[in-house]
Amino acid sequence: MDLALILIQTLNAVQYGLLLFLVASGLTLIFGVMGVINLAHGSFYMMGAYLAFTLTALTGNLLLAIVIGVVLSAVLGALLEWALFSHLYRRNHLQQVLLTYGLILIFEELRSVLVGNEVYSVKVPDWLNFSVPLGSVMTYPAYRLFMSGVCLVLALGLYLLIERTLVGARIRAGSSNRGMVQLLGINIDWLYRLVFALGVALAAFAGMLNAPASSVSPGMGTQVLIVSFVVVIVGGIGSVWGALLASLLVAFADTFGKVFVPDYAGIAIYVVMAAILLWRPEGLFKS
Amino acid sequence: MSRLLSLRAVSRAAAALALASVAVAAQAQPAPVRIGLMLPSSGTFADLGKGVTNGFKLYVNEQGGKLGGRAVEYLAVDDESDPSKANENANKLVKRDKVDLLVGTIHSGVAQTMAKVARETNTLLIVPNAGAGEITGSMCAPNVFRSSFSNWQPGYASGLLAARKHKTAVTISWKYAAGDESVRGFREGFEKGGGKVLKDLNLPFPGVEFQPLLTELATIKPEAAYVFVAGAGQVMFVKDYAAAGLKTSIPLYGAFITEGTLAAQGDAASGLQTALHYADGLKNPKNEAFIASYTKAFGAAPDVFAVQGYDAAQLFDAGMRAVKGDTKKKAEMIKAMENAKLDSPRGPLSFSKSHNPVQDYYVRVARGTQNVMTDVIVKGLVDPSPDCKL
Repeated sequence: MDLALILIQTLNAVQYGLLLFLVASGLTLIFGVMGVINLAHGSFYMMGAYLAFTLTALTGNLLLAIVIGVVLSAVLGALLEWALFSHLYRRNHLQQVLLTYGLILIFEELRSVLVGNEVYSVKVPDWLNFSVPLGSVMTYPAYRLFMSGVCLVLALGLYLLIERTLVGARIRAGSSNRGMVQLLGINIDWLYRLVFALGVALAAFAGMLNAPASSVSPGMGTQVLIVSFVVVIVGGIGSVWGALLASLLVAFADTFGKVFVPDYAGIAIYVVMAAILLWRPEGLFKS
Repeated sequence: MSRLLSLRAVSRAAAALALASVAVAAQAQPAPVRIGLMLPSSGTFADLGKGVTNGFKLYVNEQGGKLGGRAVEYLAVDDESDPSKANENANKLVKRDKVDLLVGTIHSGVAQTMAKVARETNTLLIVPNAGAGEITGSMCAPNVFRSSFSNWQPGYASGLLAARKHKTAVTISWKYAAGDESVRGFREGFEKGGGKVLKDLNLPFPGVEFQPLLTELATIKPEAAYVFVAGAGQVMFVKDYAAAGLKTSIPLYGAFITEGTLAAQGDAASGLQTALHYADGLKNPKNEAFIASYTKAFGAAPDVFAVQGYDAAQLFDAGMRAVKGDTKKKAEMIKAMENAKLDSPRGPLSFSKSHNPVQDYYVRVARGTQNVMTDVIVKGLVDPSPDCKL
């Protein structure tokens, strides 16, 4: 076994895990705090990737595109919460699944109408378009290191926001008892809208950041959605800390699975999920 | 009363006369031959479908719009590359539109269903792209032809090419039928040339997380690598390969890895060697004429898919000529198509017992946005199709 191989695969796994966390944290917040099963969350990720492609083509600058894209996504998230999701809190899960599944179809059709069914790739910015030598064997693309760094900063920021600030405390309180938080004089409607917008923006950001490292293609949202639900369930519904740990766990299982048991890599993450749920039926951390 | 009777007699006579004249007219002017084009005009493969359609129509236009003395009528259906709609679409063309020839398609899953419908209804089918081995293998039929390739062929040719310079290789492919068939072809070609495949790496279709596989490839340190992915995967893979610093240390080979996406791949693809049955700007009189007339008609240079569409029409014409347009003489038509020796833009083209193309495979090098031919790797390559009982 080659040490360089383990090192690079570890970098790959960390990068994938942190990216997954950005998507899954929004999902777990919306699920945990508002109790809404949002199947359309993967569509926000896809939307981000297509935004990155379109805005980069328009502005010629990926970073600028990401900034504009994040703002647009957050606004869209707040609008969607106001128009659709705010009516779902008191509905049962079946109705939530139906509505959010309908949203997936709408997003896919919109994408098809607006940008077509083509597969696009986004260029890595010139100043990041180089590789770092790692060991004697190969080089590692600088953009992937950049991605890991950005995701790490965001993950830490999000963790501190939820676990260490007043807003975070209110969000967590809202997830356990909505009525009580409202009685304490906190505008729970706006708190929810904020959380939802944050979740949408995070998923879209993940899609935008990953666009140059991956491809922008129809159906990419569904793949991410499934893995994100695995993360949310393994981590414990509503727990940000759990989502972070579970993202990394799932990413390591997937990345190393692809190398050591390639024929079974597709099921590696589900085996991990099953094992953990047998051990802790409510996930790693209960919210 | 008698007046009425005579009136009726007159009208009857007139009707009979009218019918007779129609029949005479019909004999003088035979009904057009009906061709069902079942190809994608939307989705990821839309451009490929357009190339096939353009190529087909170009040939027919070059014959003055007639095949075997009959005018040509097209009935087109967008197959959306969707296997779940394939049966309905193919049946619509065969049963409702009563086409004399079915042409399609790009997607292997859809083409396999088309082959099934063609077998059941004994309709003539020419597959102008899909490379699934079964079509001219276990599912082969007298009335089913292919004007493109089987996945095994370009894989095998690439294997021979890689074996010229290297002793060991690793393959990377999507885990699906086309990937498996292509890799099997590569392995056979590479081993025939004295090489050894150390390992087959793969990932689920249509994933593009190549990084972990590239890392493993680098640690196995083979002398060469072979890849089979398509569409979005091509661009991603070639770029990742260059970014991982592998391009110079482990030469990359592929068949379709550069087809149609060279502009998007940019510098990462420059110098990449591939083996395929066509190369951009191939030097032969037929291809030069083909490029000129294609460019004049459609305002862009043709690609391998246009060639495959053009040859589908040529192949059908060989049958039509043999029976002078009488499509009822199916057995005679098929015989003529089996024996056809076509002058294709890709070079000489004939057909194996299983109705798969017998063709030359070229070594191409990616230069700018062109796959430039540098050499011939194997002449008249036949897919052995051991499962075909024809």
